[in-house]
Amino acid sequence: MSDTVSQSADKVLDHFTLFRQPEYKEMFERKKAEFEYGHSDEEVARVSEWTKSEEYKEKNFAREAVVINPTKACQPIGAMFAAQGFEGTLPFVHGSQGCVAYYRTHLTRHFKEPNSAVSSSMTEDAAVFGGLNNMIDGLANAYELYKPKMIAVLTTCMAEVIGDDLQGFIANAKGKDSVPQDFPVPFAHTPAFVGSHIVGYDNMIKGVLTHFWGTSENYDTPKNASINLIPGFDGYAVGNNRELKRIAGLFGIDMTILSDVSDNFDTPMDGEYRMYDGGTTLEATKEAVHAKATISMQEYCTPQSLQFIKEKGQDVAKFNYPMGVAATDELLLKLSELSGKPVPAELKLERGRLVDAIGDSHTHLHGKRFAVYGDPDFCLGMSKFLLELGAEPVHILSTSGSKKWEKQVQKLLDSSPFGKSGKAYGGKDLWHLRSLIFTDKVDYIIGNSYGKYLERDTKVPLIRLTYPIFDRHHHHRYPTWGYQGALNVLVRILDRIFEDIDANTNIVGQTDYSFDLIR
Amino acid sequence: MSLSVNEGIDVKGLVDKVLEAYPEKSRKRRAKHLNVLEAEAKDCGVKSNIKSIPGVMTIRGCAYAGSKGVVWGPIKDMIHISHGPVGCGYYSWSGRRNYYVGDTGVDSWGTMHFTSDFQEKDIVFGGDKKLHKVIEEINELFPLVNGISIQSECPIGLIGDDIEAVARAKSAEIGKPIIPVRCEGFRGVSQSLGHHIANDTIRDWIFEKTEPKEGFVSTPYDVTIIGDYNIGGDAWASRILLEEIGLRVVAQWSGDGTLAELENTPKAKVNLIHCYRSMNYIARHMEEKFGIPWMEYNFFGPSQIAESLRKIAALFDDKIKENAEKVIARYQPMVDAVIAKYKPRLEGKKVMIYVGGLRPRHVVDAYHDLGMEIVGTGYEFAHNDDYQRTPHYVKEGTLIYDDVTAFELEKFVEAIRPDLVASGIKEKYVFQKMGLPFRQMHSWDYSGPYHGYDGFAIFARDMDLAINNPVWGIMKAPF
Repeated sequence: MSDTVSQSADKVLDHFTLFRQPEYKEMFERKKAEFEYGHSDEEVARVSEWTKSEEYKEKNFAREAVVINPTKACQPIGAMFAAQGFEGTLPFVHGSQGCVAYYRTHLTRHFKEPNSAVSSSMTEDAAVFGGLNNMIDGLANAYELYKPKMIAVLTTCMAEVIGDDLQGFIANAKGKDSVPQDFPVPFAHTPAFVGSHIVGYDNMIKGVLTHFWGTSENYDTPKNASINLIPGFDGYAVGNNRELKRIAGLFGIDMTILSDVSDNFDTPMDGEYRMYDGGTTLEATKEAVHAKATISMQEYCTPQSLQFIKEKGQDVAKFNYPMGVAATDELLLKLSELSGKPVPAELKLERGRLVDAIGDSHTHLHGKRFAVYGDPDFCLGMSKFLLELGAEPVHILSTSGSKKWEKQVQKLLDSSPFGKSGKAYGGKDLWHLRSLIFTDKVDYIIGNSYGKYLERDTKVPLIRLTYPIFDRHHHHRYPTWGYQGALNVLVRILDRIFEDIDANTNIVGQTDYSFDLIR
Repeated sequence: MSLSVNEGIDVKGLVDKVLEAYPEKSRKRRAKHLNVLEAEAKDCGVKSNIKSIPGVMTIRGCAYAGSKGVVWGPIKDMIHISHGPVGCGYYSWSGRRNYYVGDTGVDSWGTMHFTSDFQEKDIVFGGDKKLHKVIEEINELFPLVNGISIQSECPIGLIGDDIEAVARAKSAEIGKPIIPVRCEGFRGVSQSLGHHIANDTIRDWIFEKTEPKEGFVSTPYDVTIIGDYNIGGDAWASRILLEEIGLRVVAQWSGDGTLAELENTPKAKVNLIHCYRSMNYIARHMEEKFGIPWMEYNFFGPSQIAESLRKIAALFDDKIKENAEKVIARYQPMVDAVIAKYKPRLEGKKVMIYVGGLRPRHVVDAYHDLGMEIVGTGYEFAHNDDYQRTPHYVKEGTLIYDDVTAFELEKFVEAIRPDLVASGIKEKYVFQKMGLPFRQMHSWDYSGPYHGYDGFAIFARDMDLAINNPVWGIMKAPF
């Protein structure tokens, strides 16, 4: 033992340097050798290589039961996200309380913002007798303490398994004066064992609209010139919703974003904590029934909601996370068609600038091979943009993806020569993707923070462009939609490509002849 | 430093005022969880380990979080199946920073998420058949896995699945321990029951069914670290001190731990327990069954570290006692330099703590070492014995809050205006928006370790960078 220690007050060693000091390295070795009873280094190396093989891939793809590192969460978090985009709305999650701690944590880690939601805290007795009393007390407490303008009720799987009836429970609670009779308490049953967070999103949007628009079919609701837009579950909602509002402003369209989390998930730090901020007003939500049309930015987040809206006599249009030039063109043309207003000249200029940027950088993108994973709509939008850039989406994977989605992706791939090596993998997970990347290598991975483990294993650089992004900050504040958004996405991809080239050409005297100043 | 805190603040009045916001029934229930510490108190005077009230925004989690997230999850050479719908495992995936050394996906699985991803048909027809298949597939794709645990999510207990039968059958088939854990989230009132259930499964499915490894040779200096989850490397920064005083750490429970370490623990001479709340159960069991004494220690901050090292050494021979003094002396110059650098910047700063486990009391003296004052503290899921262990750490006048609600904590902090709030991720941005420096004391705010002498330097630096960052000064617009 030496007299001095590695740690120092002058230069405090963090975990990433502290544990590389010799005393810790020796300690790790001793622990491993004497106490862990693990497998030999040779055996670990052999199995490690085997997991990268074609043989392993076959076994991996033969899996029927276990899901490993999926790209999906459960329904309630999607429903909670949807609810939090309405003015003064407190989500009330009926069921076990731990679930709510998890949803709040997950959303907070991505947006770096507070996230408020309450639970009805059901335990064993509620499992036996049902959670009615929890609903009665819970609504009263939430209403008194947190002064919401609306409470949106959703369920955890516990409440679903025991069959609690939200409509009856809420009526009962109102009967007991938990909240005033006219206080809005929309609800959505959101079983975690059906679909995923995108289905939960759909259920809550439909639940809120059902509450305000009525359940009876009403085809002759008088219509006005306004247009509704449903963004879907989107980690970039802060930047994207604001960009959509800017675009609508340029058009002069009266647009209602149905569930707009952009202000609630991006409050200022000025000394005041805002538990609720912004959001679609309840008045606008009510009025939205009179809109001429509703646009969904993410088809797979809104099938039931769009059907419901259609039944109210509105035109509906759906997109798949539109990113890039052509997808934005389509969105703007749809807005123009529905509103009867021409696409503003300013947006045409923005389009030209985006195309100019792509032209400037196309040499670095052409023929680059990508793996893309995430929600079904994101995968479609991202792949479409990559094709447009002359890049090749190769492995396109979504655990929430259906057979229908696979066909839709294939159709997209078939539309471009750059799509010929691409294939869609619905219902598969990131452990499948690991096998795909090892056996059919790509140049870059586009996904979320969970992809960093793929990057570590396969050494293929990761570009974080979808929820959740825990280990990089603030990207969600910049849009990915519209021509401006596409420019942001382009720059994110290019930056990673350039960093990667630099990292591969920076050995002095060996590879640094290609360490170019100008690229 | 004075002997009391919050002088000049009517803390009792504050509590009453905050309680006024509740409907009557809830007000009466919440009142029992809030108190102001009296002089010479033996107890904090609050009720604990009681159901959270619906609708109040409790910060607590569930039994699954206590078992999978805390106790079992860090055992690195086993695969822990989140059994039920996809969400629980997804949200807890890599969330706790339980560091480990291993080849992830090959011989370690700590940062991976395995789930049986229940669908409606599994709820209707039961999930046991699927569980059989899940275990077979895991064993085939991950041949080096040393054992498997089944972490039950809410539906498992509600639909009447027999996971114990599956565990027994598959364990016999694959020749590896399989541990069924009944940690459904609706059980109990918080994470705490999950810890207890997880402890009991180690007792029943490891100690009762397996043996210490052949060839494991005991020495008189064998100890274990129990209740250290190696967050940011905490257990490592602790282990190194125990090794330096001449002890042999035969097992880490459960940060960077392995199945073999659990199996060999009954051979230890003393169990050293850091997080009493989550692992006292197994320590008590080993005392009863194997006659292994256990001792609580505290490796937060130099005062407690030195006291703990001496207490631990006192259980051994003179050689170990001498070593302990040498180790304390060896680190002293570094500790002195840390205090000399940071104490002037932190002296007199007031802290409010709200976390779980052992930290609402265990970190207090680390703050005191830096000249800081604790003006409020509380536990997410404590029991009475935790509140009995708390008064000697904190001072008269300290505000005590059990299972605090988001509403109460916000109001308390707003009124007391501490210089630092030390709590969790769900609280972090609330208080930063209010202009208050904040440190996450679950994940160490992605820093750490905070245990041990090496960790104390990081702790001191982190408290300084939180409190003395210029951002707090630019919050108000000049217009």
